[in-house]
Amino acid sequence: MTLDKIGIAKRIAQEVQDGTYINLGIGIPTLVANFIPDEINVVLQSENGLLGIGPFPEEEAVDADLINAGKQTVTTRAGSSLFSSAESFEMIRGGHVDLTILGAMEVSENGDIANWKIPGKMVKGMGGAMDLVASAENIIVAMQHCSRSGDSKLLKACTLPITGIRCVKKIVTDMAVLNVLPEGGFKLIERAPGVSVEEIKAATAGKLVIEGEIPEMTIA
Amino acid sequence: MINKEVKNADEAIFDIPDNATLMLGGFGLCGIPENAISALIKKGVKGLTCISNNAGVDDFGIGLMLQTRQVKKMISSYVGENAEFERQLLSGELEVDLIPQGTLAERIRAGGAGIPAFFTPAGYGTEVAEGKEVREFHGKHYLMEEWLKADFSLVKAWKGDKAGNLVFKGTARNFNPMMAMAGKVTIAEVEELVEVGELDPNQIHTPGIYVQRIFQGNNYEKRIEQRTTKIK
Repeated sequence: MTLDKIGIAKRIAQEVQDGTYINLGIGIPTLVANFIPDEINVVLQSENGLLGIGPFPEEEAVDADLINAGKQTVTTRAGSSLFSSAESFEMIRGGHVDLTILGAMEVSENGDIANWKIPGKMVKGMGGAMDLVASAENIIVAMQHCSRSGDSKLLKACTLPITGIRCVKKIVTDMAVLNVLPEGGFKLIERAPGVSVEEIKAATAGKLVIEGEIPEMTIA
Repeated sequence: MINKEVKNADEAIFDIPDNATLMLGGFGLCGIPENAISALIKKGVKGLTCISNNAGVDDFGIGLMLQTRQVKKMISSYVGENAEFERQLLSGELEVDLIPQGTLAERIRAGGAGIPAFFTPAGYGTEVAEGKEVREFHGKHYLMEEWLKADFSLVKAWKGDKAGNLVFKGTARNFNPMMAMAGKVTIAEVEELVEVGELDPNQIHTPGIYVQRIFQGNNYEKRIEQRTTKIK
């Protein structure tokens, strides 16, 4: 059984360390916040100018002046702070944000990521994605292993216009957890429950490195 | 005290000519200069280059100025919420320059801060790097990006005083403070305009030196793009 989006988010939540500042992208990454255990203290950054994103507001507490980078209404947590977009990206570029979790359309075996543009389709823009991937020390990608048409999204080289080069360190898909090796290649770390190494091999177009027994993920 | 107060949005934007380069504050529809946009539509200036993180939605924000064909070029980081925008882009009526969001913010800040260019890692190795100088510092590659300036900056704050000092609220701050710095003429609209002395100098986000005109706006709609509430 491959993981659903919730499963991917739950597995990524296990990577989150206590006392860190984290930027979550739109989609599956946003879901990760729901599965970070209470004893792990983290501060979520929103690149439009907020550190300390809180839960969605009660209906009567909705404030048009308080949104996240996905333009959703949010709240602030105790200890939060507000700032300009320039300062927000100073935090990102300056290496003060510990972890970035974002989605991708393709990742290459040397850690290149493509997630902003499909030629021939309407180009909406890169938003903050290029700044985030170029600056973050630690990037986890949340994605489906294959496209809807069954093509691998883990490639030797990206076919879509890239967002950043040699930046992805870890990938969590519906089938597996993989590390991107510094010398190139996807190192298989864990399998989704019930997914075989053979199935992962068949679904990975880029170089797959398999050493020893590959354990199954444990997802509560 | 230099009194920057003008009566209303019409008076504030009276001398914005056709083909001007404008900066408009806001992230999505949060913190946008609603009153100045309405006044620009009423005045009917054409051929505008608009520097703004987003391009509004079809029937609000900069989207309204697209409906009236007043915009020649958009310089933005993300423009995904607007069908009329897409139509004009595909038909060639509208030029668009897409810039990584952090680079956009810093180029505007640099414009206001007198720094003609800077180096950033964002976009290195991508199509954003085409035609740009690349330099290596401490083993990492960076692109040279130049400052951005505007003939007029249109910003929105929560409170302001007649000397042009501004205080923002929540995430409505976003691009407004840097744009205030980077405009030859900066026009600030505020929800509440107060007398000098009423704002605590310790709490000012944008000092009045950057603001040439200020007025109290009215009828703020503050539309929400993604109203999201707690799941009961």
